[in-house]
Amino acid sequence: MDGFGVSLAFWVLAAITLVAAGGVMVSRNLLHAVLFLILTFVGVAGFFVLLSADFIAMAQVIIYVGAIAVLVLFAVLLTPRASRDNGETRWALPGVLLSVCLAAIFLFVIHDTAWKTRDGVPQGLSASDLGTALLTTWVVPFEIASVLLTAALVGAIMLTRSPEEEAEDALA
Amino acid sequence: MTPLFLTSDRWYDIRDLGNLSRALLDAADKILPGGVVYVLAALIGFVASFLLFVLPSQLIIGVYGERRIIGRMQSRLGPNRVGPFGLLQPIADAIKLIQKEALTPTQADRVVMYIAPIIFVMPAVLLWAVIPFGENMVIADIPVSLMYFLAVSALPVIATFMAGWSSNNKYSLFGAMRIVSMAISYESPLVLALLGAVVMSGTISLSGMVAWADEYTIWMVFVQPLALVIYFICVSAELNRTPVDIAEAESEIVAGYLTEYSGMKWGLFYGMDIGYALAASGFAATVFLGGWTFFGLEEWVPGWLIFIAKTHLFYFLFIWTRGTLPRLRADQLMAFAWKFLLPLGVFNLLIVSTERMLWAEQDYAKGLIYVFALVNIVLSVGLVYAWARFNGYRPERTPTRPRLVKQAGGYIPVGERP
Repeated sequence: MDGFGVSLAFWVLAAITLVAAGGVMVSRNLLHAVLFLILTFVGVAGFFVLLSADFIAMAQVIIYVGAIAVLVLFAVLLTPRASRDNGETRWALPGVLLSVCLAAIFLFVIHDTAWKTRDGVPQGLSASDLGTALLTTWVVPFEIASVLLTAALVGAIMLTRSPEEEAEDALA
Repeated sequence: MTPLFLTSDRWYDIRDLGNLSRALLDAADKILPGGVVYVLAALIGFVASFLLFVLPSQLIIGVYGERRIIGRMQSRLGPNRVGPFGLLQPIADAIKLIQKEALTPTQADRVVMYIAPIIFVMPAVLLWAVIPFGENMVIADIPVSLMYFLAVSALPVIATFMAGWSSNNKYSLFGAMRIVSMAISYESPLVLALLGAVVMSGTISLSGMVAWADEYTIWMVFVQPLALVIYFICVSAELNRTPVDIAEAESEIVAGYLTEYSGMKWGLFYGMDIGYALAASGFAATVFLGGWTFFGLEEWVPGWLIFIAKTHLFYFLFIWTRGTLPRLRADQLMAFAWKFLLPLGVFNLLIVSTERMLWAEQDYAKGLIYVFALVNIVLSVGLVYAWARFNGYRPERTPTRPRLVKQAGGYIPVGERP
């Protein structure tokens, strides 16, 4: 991590990510919060690019921005009254307590970890290395995750089937 | 590869335009003081990319060509008044749009509505960064460029959603909901189809795919015809082009997410729709048609000309479907993505993985790929036919007069069956 360009990119990305993350917390409109969250995801993807982890950066954008954020937007839209002025809630005090505890844990971990610094350009993980690792060393967790996702998909279809379709299947 | 009559370090070798610009800059460096040449290089790059790609693609071919070709398909003239053959019509349109007032509804979310067109424009420009125009003519040759393309093309969905939601209009919101559900539905078959091409070529770099097509002297479209068909349908759904443009269906929801937009804000959405269609065509030309290579023709003809020709071939397909096919209904489109394209994509992935394993056992023999191509073309036609029959779609062989789908014995959705 040297060179003016890399440092500048780091600080700009850090500023964008932190400001967007702050925006998620303070915006009273739930939909604005989701849009700020998307900006945070993009900023984190930028950090992955800085660490030469191109594949993970692209996966971050595809999965978090392309799929998860869009699903969150959809969920917000389908909830009436959720999008406009959502500031007051009686869960404010427990929320503050929980976030203080979380922040304490994070600060403790960050302070107590022995961070190693490395010189030179970080060697990023190439896509073929990642594929080989997923399909040889980590093949069992990988397959279990895909079975879980398939089960979720089938379950979602079963939940949304209409009575007419059920009746038709019973006849067949 | 040894060039036949153009030696590659002469300034008149314009196959990748690098020699010409280098000769120009070297000559300029001798006259001008040091450092100015970098500014000059940036200016030359900007002017060249504008003259070569943006002007012909966006203005002439994009707006003008699309309107003229659709006019011809629909037995009318199209724009033919402004300038010779109506060629200046896009410029007149742009001047008109800039002059118009960009209205904002009182109850709208002003900031989000203002930045939505800007966010819509950015990815359209970013997409071109990884597409190889020719040998040594790619701005960012990153090893995961195919994933980069997919990642960046996920961003305009959010911009259109912002546009639809912030307008505070029921029809805009309907358009936004439709585009989000379409994007989610059609993303999975699209990625599955591209995965077929990735598994076959063993690379997720676009330059690597062009090199693969050059090495084995075959285009991906022959090895993966089903993948191209699925990609084309999915991408026209994601781009919101007319056979599947339910997000701005004029006959149903006014103009969808664009209802409250006017002036140049609307113009940015309209212009960048064409930009995205061109980028998707360029991507398809790179992945499925071998990019800037043409079985040795790139020795004589500049590679970027071949690439632009292939891009516009795909773009013509987009215009053709837009000009001839009627719009589908929203639920039909969803059913088509999940019940038809997604299973076909999974079957295609199964076939291509098996072939890749067989190919690896034969030590990647060059002749075997042609056998795979033949097998895959037959299998694709058979699969589409069999899966359509299994799902209950029954096309009429020789229709002589128009009839309702029900009378012809075609597919009827479950809820409407007698």
